[in-house]
Amino acid sequence: MDAMAEIRQTFFLECEEQLAELETGLLAIDDGDRDPETVNAVFRAVHSIKGGAGAFALDDLVSFAHVFETALDHLRAGRLEATPDLLKTMLRAADALADLVRAARDETGVDAVRLATLAAELRAVDPAAAGEGAADQDESFAFRPVPMDESMFDGFDADAAPPEREFSIRFRPHRDLYAKANETALLLRELGGLGEIAVACDASELPLLPDLDPEAAYLTWIISLRTGAGESAIRDAFEFVEGDCDLEIAQAGADRAGDEEGLAPGDVDIAALIGKMQASVEAELARVVDTQVPRAASADAERPDQSRSDHPKPDHAKPEQAGASIRVDLDRVDRLINLVGELVINQAMLAQQVQEAGLSRASGVATGLGELEQLTREIQDSVMAIRAQPVKSVFQRMPRLVREVAALTGKSVRLVTEGEHTEVDKTVIERIADPLTHMIRNAIDHGLESPERRRAAGKPEEGVVRLLALHRSGRIVIEVSDDGAGIDRARVKALAAGKGLIAADAPLTDEEIDNLIFLPGFSTASTVSDISGRGVGMDVVRRSIQALGGRISIQSRPGQGSTFVLSLPLTLAVLDGMVVTAGGQTLVVPLTAIVETLQPKIADVHGFGGGARVIAIREEFTPLIDVGRELGYRAAAADAVGGVAILVESEGGARFALLVDAILGQRQVVIKSLEANYQHVPGIAAATILGDGRVALILDVDAVVASSRTEAQGHDLLLATAG
Amino acid sequence: MTDEHATQGRRKTDPQRARELISFRIGAQKFCVDIMSVREIRGWTPATALPQSPAFVRGVVNLRGAVLPIVDLSARLGFSPTEPSARHVIIVAQIGDQSVGLLVDAVSDILSVTDNLLQPTPDVASDMAKTFVKGVIAIDSRMISLIALDHVLPGAEREAA
Repeated sequence: MDAMAEIRQTFFLECEEQLAELETGLLAIDDGDRDPETVNAVFRAVHSIKGGAGAFALDDLVSFAHVFETALDHLRAGRLEATPDLLKTMLRAADALADLVRAARDETGVDAVRLATLAAELRAVDPAAAGEGAADQDESFAFRPVPMDESMFDGFDADAAPPEREFSIRFRPHRDLYAKANETALLLRELGGLGEIAVACDASELPLLPDLDPEAAYLTWIISLRTGAGESAIRDAFEFVEGDCDLEIAQAGADRAGDEEGLAPGDVDIAALIGKMQASVEAELARVVDTQVPRAASADAERPDQSRSDHPKPDHAKPEQAGASIRVDLDRVDRLINLVGELVINQAMLAQQVQEAGLSRASGVATGLGELEQLTREIQDSVMAIRAQPVKSVFQRMPRLVREVAALTGKSVRLVTEGEHTEVDKTVIERIADPLTHMIRNAIDHGLESPERRRAAGKPEEGVVRLLALHRSGRIVIEVSDDGAGIDRARVKALAAGKGLIAADAPLTDEEIDNLIFLPGFSTASTVSDISGRGVGMDVVRRSIQALGGRISIQSRPGQGSTFVLSLPLTLAVLDGMVVTAGGQTLVVPLTAIVETLQPKIADVHGFGGGARVIAIREEFTPLIDVGRELGYRAAAADAVGGVAILVESEGGARFALLVDAILGQRQVVIKSLEANYQHVPGIAAATILGDGRVALILDVDAVVASSRTEAQGHDLLLATAG
Repeated sequence: MTDEHATQGRRKTDPQRARELISFRIGAQKFCVDIMSVREIRGWTPATALPQSPAFVRGVVNLRGAVLPIVDLSARLGFSPTEPSARHVIIVAQIGDQSVGLLVDAVSDILSVTDNLLQPTPDVASDMAKTFVKGVIAIDSRMISLIALDHVLPGAEREAA
């Protein structure tokens, strides 16, 4: 890859981050976040995209970003009220911006009409264009609106000759400003480019040498600037140090009643200033001292409303952690993970050989191996943690989806996400995106009622879809719930019967009826809508979740809504399993599927015709499946009494007993793909390598159960299901 | 690395260019494969049988942590199945982005031949042979069949069925 392409790729990667930040920020504002830093973050995100796009001559992107940025600047300056309508437009603009970025990346076209409409809408919100100046809410002085033409936002070429004014600026860098390699001289020089400038330095905070922290910031600059440019141009100069400095900009001669910190323009008498600023300086000093103690504390103190939310604004967190994170090629991580997998296997092999050599447990070798085992496990956990990522990357795609589906269905929907910082393996994240998309679509399309019906049912018109992630007993649980009407069981049952999926008079529990929606070929939508119900419904979702080693279940209460619960493994790399033998082969049964194991007694096993057998477990008859025979390792059914029955729970919650020859032990195994060099094998989920260096197959419990069922059911039913 | 090998294997337009082949024996017959597709040669280790797989797939073995399927080339070519012993050899070959172990009786030689020595498969050959034999080479009055590895794995057949 040539250097330019590489930079371009980095740009698009960063764009994705900026876009995510943009959306997060806008949603936060929509939720009532009035922190100016949030608006700034949003503005910066668009600004960065615009800047980068300019470098790559992506003109469409630049011009749209510019319009967007202009509108955001009004919001930032408080000239625009953050009304829900405005934010709706801005969120749509963010979507459009994302489309533009992706179009530029993939070099495809975009919907020019939609962009033009949106751009026009954004321009329409411009208060300057509408001819009304609003009071600046953030600053204590009155803002005089200046003409908002393009040149304003290009920064410093504002030669459109507004009258020259005098500004006095107090610029007090924080320690972080220097830590991020910013240089005050450059900032001052940039300001100097705006007009006539006089700079004085206030060194009064400078402590005596013994108390001096070489990395702290003590200096304050007092700048007086005579310029034709507006205040926004001055602020632009400080844009990249915003949040890392105290910046006060005052227009000399403006009405600044009650402002004690007002500075005289022109020549600045430092001694006089010191007196005036005593109060604020003391506060500053306290803060500087604060930075000696954990920095996070002072950051929280500055922004108390952020410390309450469990996730600090990304832009705020990122620079602080700069240097603490690196971008690594995924291949490298995967290679490391593979190597650690080898290490685990090797260690197991070594342990087995030591054991076979008959060394005593107290011997140095054995204790050394014990320590090695512990270390290996720790290394493995740490390496897995590298691949773990917060589910946020999937969750943050959902607000847009919700907006689009809500617009299509004419429903009013609010998406609530929780636990988006829950971490799980990257592959899991990638592979749950589609199922989740589908489930959220379903929740809005099928789950939520229309606003009229909601009103009639005494619910708020706005439906709520909740997306929740949490860790539970070594797995990640993701819940998608809606506060809609719940599953219409009578209709589901009638539909399933009408499609021949069940007998019309089948006695089904509520739970069983709810689970009917997972059957292939079932779709509750009476009309095939644009959004969901294309015949590929929840069965596809369930299959993809199962392919990940997960399960899906549903809880529904009429009138109150439905909740889909996904339970997924945290990693696709290791698995706790029970090592068994069946038909002379060693197999691994995933521990998550196992309920209990038992030794069958002859009296408990009953023939059920056609070679099928059931086993009575606490007086409950459970189908007994001979694993060795099911997989074709032996032709005749094994004698149940000599073997071990493993009671498993399959997806629907039904229980089955798997008959194996013997249980060898329980251990964590490294999952190896069979598909990488071969292909999918029915009844087998994956492979692993055991302590003796041989490959053992990991049983796909659900597939084995399903195949034993199809055999038993015979062909008539099979055809009915397929049709 | 994989890509590199693939492109090198494909570069066969020049009839004078010598290419190297690894020849091996199955029963009394000699075969060869392009050396560029061979990753390594190792002794036979017992394989873990795969359920519901064709007879010529002996199972899978552990190749330094990767799961390697073993194809009994004798059975695959329509001869009698091999009874593997410690003397048998597995040729680890790269087919596309997959690695496959080929179970053969013995590896004999490395041949250096130019493309113009390669003769088309004689028309008497069975359908099975036509699927796998890309051409024949006469060396020291012995016929060596060049095996094309693309169809050795059962994948394509299965999906069609």
